[in-house]
Amino acid sequence: MSQSTRSEAVASHKIDNGAPLLEVKNLHTHFFTGEGVVLAVDGANFEVHAGKTLGLVGESGCGKSVAAKSILQIVDKPGRVVDGEIIYSSQVSAGQEVRRDLLRLDAGGAEMRAIRGGEISMIFQEPMSSFSPVHTVGNQLTEAIQLHTEMSDKEANETAIQWLSHVGIPNPTQRLNEFPYRLSGGQCQRAMIAMALSTNPRILIADEPTTALDVTTQAQILNLLQRLQAETGMAMIFITHDLGVIAEVADEVAVMYLGRIVEKAPVKEIFRNPKHPYTKALLTSIPRIDAQPRERLPSIKGSIPHPQNRPSGCPFHPRCPAFIAGTCDVKEPQLAAVGENHQASCFLYPGC
Amino acid sequence: MLGYLIRRITYGIVTIFAVSVLSFLIIQLPPGDYVTSYIAALEAQGDDVSAEEAETLRAYFGLGQPPYVQYGKWMYQIAQGNLGLSFQYRVPVTEVIGERMLLTIILALGSVVFVWITAIPIGIFSAVRQYSIQDYIATTLGFIGLAVPDFLLALVMMYLAWDWWGFSIGGLFSQEYAAAPWSLGRVVDLLQHMIIPIIVLGTAGTASLIRITRANLLDELRKPYVVTARAKGMTEWQLILKYPVRLALNPVISLTAYIFPFLVSGSIIVSVVLSLPTLGPVLLRSLLSQDMFLAGAIILLIGVMTVVGTLLSDILLGLVDPRVRLE
Repeated sequence: MSQSTRSEAVASHKIDNGAPLLEVKNLHTHFFTGEGVVLAVDGANFEVHAGKTLGLVGESGCGKSVAAKSILQIVDKPGRVVDGEIIYSSQVSAGQEVRRDLLRLDAGGAEMRAIRGGEISMIFQEPMSSFSPVHTVGNQLTEAIQLHTEMSDKEANETAIQWLSHVGIPNPTQRLNEFPYRLSGGQCQRAMIAMALSTNPRILIADEPTTALDVTTQAQILNLLQRLQAETGMAMIFITHDLGVIAEVADEVAVMYLGRIVEKAPVKEIFRNPKHPYTKALLTSIPRIDAQPRERLPSIKGSIPHPQNRPSGCPFHPRCPAFIAGTCDVKEPQLAAVGENHQASCFLYPGC
Repeated sequence: MLGYLIRRITYGIVTIFAVSVLSFLIIQLPPGDYVTSYIAALEAQGDDVSAEEAETLRAYFGLGQPPYVQYGKWMYQIAQGNLGLSFQYRVPVTEVIGERMLLTIILALGSVVFVWITAIPIGIFSAVRQYSIQDYIATTLGFIGLAVPDFLLALVMMYLAWDWWGFSIGGLFSQEYAAAPWSLGRVVDLLQHMIIPIIVLGTAGTASLIRITRANLLDELRKPYVVTARAKGMTEWQLILKYPVRLALNPVISLTAYIFPFLVSGSIIVSVVLSLPTLGPVLLRSLLSQDMFLAGAIILLIGVMTVVGTLLSDILLGLVDPRVRLE
């Protein structure tokens, strides 16, 4: 891929007629285990806009990763998307978009595979184990490129080298023939990013890409992702439990709890004016640099209920400081506007 | 890779030496020696053997010397390519073993190939379609294969082959080829006769290898790199065969080294039942009559085959998995 084709692709990525690039509506992904059905994602709604970053936040086990995998239809067994729509606007030619429901496509079919890894790429939490240990980095990179382009081995090799050097890996030509264990965690994640971006995706799903890395490397990877986003104009879904990371990378934030989006707003709004008690609790749980020594860190009382024992009504009510007896444990709140571009699902606000 | 290779070969040579000492010790373990059992056999027929005659015989066979001298002589002979004389057959051991060794190796190799080409695909399928009807069928057949004794299977198959096709599978050759020199016809005849022994010998190995492949692949299928490959847009079979299967086969390769000697030594009963002209029955008889050099040579050869098999699988493993070369 030459520099010019990349900038063309960049230009076309930036077309935004206001409609979201990806719209997840009422997504339900359930796991049918021997012990019962686990409602991993239970009615999630969010949108991704071209060139923007959506931060998907929540505690472990709230369904962030499953929601992301549902988009690509790569949910692990025994999980299955049981309901909802994932409207993706594909580009058929310059300026022409076709909106399709990805869930209507056959998960193993050619159309879905062209989108998976081609138009929507994904990077993962464990960079070291996300590469096959017995295949060279180059083998795995060029494979991704050749799956989505008509490039010859030589061209694919060159593209792979270009991308490796673009993500800041020294000696890319040499690295190409090495096995992943020769790379550090940070380098592996860079290589992973190179692999994901080498097909020129329009959306990058980053599933906790910095969680397994040390803090310095984290910052480098975040900077790299932001730089690449600025260059390519791709949209990003950034999944994390780290609000500090969200503050740095996200444009929009969706807060997830037990498989549902409980609050959605632009990043500044979320930090300045959180509405949902869960979001408020999450924000107060961030350790503060001006806190007193030996002070107990604030935490949310209780722990996430097991998804099989989902509480009645609002799923957060057993842990909620603003619990209204007779309402929160009986009725289910809906996501409704609580301000400009700001939605939350909580009975504290009218309309929910 | 070269350092790895040299290290492995060195270990191999040391192991073979240890095996030679051990096999010599094992032959010396039972009370008495060949002359004792020879005299017992003669006396059973009513012949009397005097003490002097026994001593003469012992001196003739070199049995009177201390064990380490005997071992030294034995090693010295082997170093010159002479495996010694079989007391029982009164011919050089090499002559007794000769063709039997070749047939044993052919049979063992055939069984390994049979085990691989049946067990690996079934194991892969069983893992990918875990808990499907096909998986349960494969599992059930696998356990039956593991549970049925080889010799019983051999008897049943012999009976069926005779009853259904009028095909006698005793031995590895038809009568007209048994003593004939090697020719194309003889090879074809051998292959025909090998089918049932290979199935009989390979069944237990196939059953366990199905389980091993399945278990390994199930582990690998849950690894993050599989998700990565899936997220690239590969087709399911494309990615399964390229990534997790490749990793799941590592233990399969190293296990083959252990299957191989088992096929040689463990086939004794099957060989007796099917009257196969392999090493097994000879080993059994030589141990019974304390035919020292013959038994020693066979045990040593099985040891060498184990070591060579392990060496080969180590090399193969080094080629397949770059991490192995590291240590």
